[in-house]
Amino acid sequence: MATSPTKIRATAKDGVAEVKVLISHEMESGQRKDAAGAVFPAWFITEVTARHNDRVVLAADFGTAVSKNPYLAFRFKGGAAGDRISLTWKDNKGETRTDETKIA
Amino acid sequence: MEKQRRKVLKSGSGAALLGLLATAGVIRPGMALAESNRTAFEARSMAATLKAIGAASLVDSTEVQLSGPDIAENGAAVHLGISSTLPNVTMIAILVEKNPNPLAVAFRLPEGTQANVQTRVKMAQSSNVYVLVKAGDRFFMANKEIRVTLGGCGG
Repeated sequence: MATSPTKIRATAKDGVAEVKVLISHEMESGQRKDAAGAVFPAWFITEVTARHNDRVVLAADFGTAVSKNPYLAFRFKGGAAGDRISLTWKDNKGETRTDETKIA
Repeated sequence: MEKQRRKVLKSGSGAALLGLLATAGVIRPGMALAESNRTAFEARSMAATLKAIGAASLVDSTEVQLSGPDIAENGAAVHLGISSTLPNVTMIAILVEKNPNPLAVAFRLPEGTQANVQTRVKMAQSSNVYVLVKAGDRFFMANKEIRVTLGGCGG
């Protein structure tokens, strides 16, 4: 199944980089039922890793209770304009996607 | 190891089997999210979740801040912000007490990443939301009651 790009915004100010991320994912909890009462099977992101150049700056484990199209914002020391910021996610179906941007 | 554990979870004779594995030392409580810890996400109560995370003792701390709405109109996306002034924060977890599985997300913070994260979570109903912060070897927490007028997990 095709995946959609992750939107990443990263800015640096006074030696601290702020990263905002919007991932495109259904995040189906496995709790919802359709009109006929059949459960929509769980389909959600389990792991997210954010990197600054090649160094991990945030790792996250998701449960099913993270909202659809997950939003994340975090800050780390040491980013500068032009550095690479990448974000990789993996879901419970084994699908994975990495997107990258540069710090503005 | 990771794969094995997942298979065990899927094969799913549940708690008894997990208990057996725990005693056999295959999985240890207190592996504590240094690595990805899926058992904590399967837990169905606050107590079981905290045990799976390895947070034996919790201290309420004013140095942990949880910001969110008092009333959330839409439980499908409740915006939460967590920050802490504690030093050496390595883990931040969000737990929604009345969700089917309380643990929503666990962040692992390497050195240099500030204890300041925001995300959105689903809430099935009005509930206390707890944020658990691991600083050094100790766990600290803060909580906030959020009222939900439209649940995010039903349907």
